[in-house]
Amino acid sequence: MSNTKFSKEHEWITLDGEVGTIGITKHATEMLGDIVFAELPEKGSNVEKDGTAGVVESTKAASDVYTPVSGEVVEINQSIVDDPSKINADPEGGAWFFKLKLKDKSELDTLMNKEEYDKFAKETSA
Amino acid sequence: MNAKKTVLYELHKKHNAKFVEFAGYSMPIQYSEGIVKEHNITRNKSGIFDVSHMGQLFINYNDEITDKLQEILPTDLKNLKINQSKYSFLMKENGGIYDDLIITRMKDQYMIILNAACKQNDLQIIKNKLNDQNLDMNNDLSLIAIQGPESKTILENVVPNVSKLKFMNGGDFSFKNNQIFVTRSGYTGEDGFEISLPNKIAISFVEELVSKGSTLIGLGARDTLRLEAGLCLYGHDINENTSPVEANLKWAISKNRINDNFTGSQKIKKQIEEGVSKLRVGIKPETRVIARESTKIFDEKDNEIGKVTSGTFGPSVNASIAMGYILNSHSKTDTKVYLEVRGKKVPANVCDLPFYKKSYVKGEVNV
Repeated sequence: MSNTKFSKEHEWITLDGEVGTIGITKHATEMLGDIVFAELPEKGSNVEKDGTAGVVESTKAASDVYTPVSGEVVEINQSIVDDPSKINADPEGGAWFFKLKLKDKSELDTLMNKEEYDKFAKETSA
Repeated sequence: MNAKKTVLYELHKKHNAKFVEFAGYSMPIQYSEGIVKEHNITRNKSGIFDVSHMGQLFINYNDEITDKLQEILPTDLKNLKINQSKYSFLMKENGGIYDDLIITRMKDQYMIILNAACKQNDLQIIKNKLNDQNLDMNNDLSLIAIQGPESKTILENVVPNVSKLKFMNGGDFSFKNNQIFVTRSGYTGEDGFEISLPNKIAISFVEELVSKGSTLIGLGARDTLRLEAGLCLYGHDINENTSPVEANLKWAISKNRINDNFTGSQKIKKQIEEGVSKLRVGIKPETRVIARESTKIFDEKDNEIGKVTSGTFGPSVNASIAMGYILNSHSKTDTKVYLEVRGKKVPANVCDLPFYKKSYVKGEVNV
């Protein structure tokens, strides 16, 4: 996961060429509890960095999902909409949310690496 | 202000509870299993709930006390048999509800179980009514619920003969030479029991239940369980401005008390005779989207017709579920409505309660 970057809103993004795969972190799922609903952006839509790009709901509360970078949604993961419990089971793997064709790769520089994120997550949840 | 703790607090901690402040108490919202698993454990096996934050009020009775209590509760207490329990309301003058409660006639006392958030106010109302300023809740007792299909067998192992109890009936039993009072009741839509017992044996009692195969369950699952069972949560689904008739809880008003005098009875009688303008109903969104409390309800012509009072995802029905108040004209089962969630109108249908079919034991007579 060395080319994976993290946002302060607890999203991760892994870049493969021009396309970034985005999901929410394991830490986020642990804070949310059992996720029972997921809503994703529409394929073909454009999303702006730090804008809302979906919703997850646990039995406790609803939380917005933000996109860590701007771009066009090229693929969405319908399987997590059909079975949101997959997000708790494999948040940083099979339960990715959507894929973006990045508008500006330099936006990635504003994000944290794994080590920085782990420290951030630990500090903010303490 | 520091949150109060029940005597089971350290045990909850030992079981990796996540705590939340509820009605001034630090209570477990969930344990390591998480809400959905805890919900399923209760539905399929057996779950233990610490409900010691609730008020336990004991009132010695005579005919005069019974008469006075009947002035604030719409329940026929005179014909309540010894060891029988009834769901009732502490009534407000406007026909609203100060609290919902369970009252049990014991040999020479009424036991009244009150909601934690309301108990101090309730106590004051009852003290004033009975002209007894010395009345107080019993804080030396804990209250434990054990719920789910295997609970009968598990509890029978720890407290012999409890499985003979009928639904909404109670009795004296013993645990480690201490007298305890057990009723067959609960708040999950499952067969189960509630046990009132001295604080000093509460931890060992719960540990014994765990060792026999039951599991500690948090308030999170308690909420999904009760909502699936169509049961009201005070402060949300019922409050000082909703009457038992509007809340679709008319069944809890004893038939022979409808024409009787009690606080709010004129309003209740009028509502029964003339009907109500709003009614509590079950609502099922057509998608998995959750309609939380305060979600607005619209009809097909985009008129606002009501509000959601509780909404969650029901793990056992595998669907989004909600309850709310809706104009009586739109309260028929299968009426199509729209819920406004995050700016979008989600189609939904009015439905019968409960969402999840009860499996109470035979002997259910009062509902």
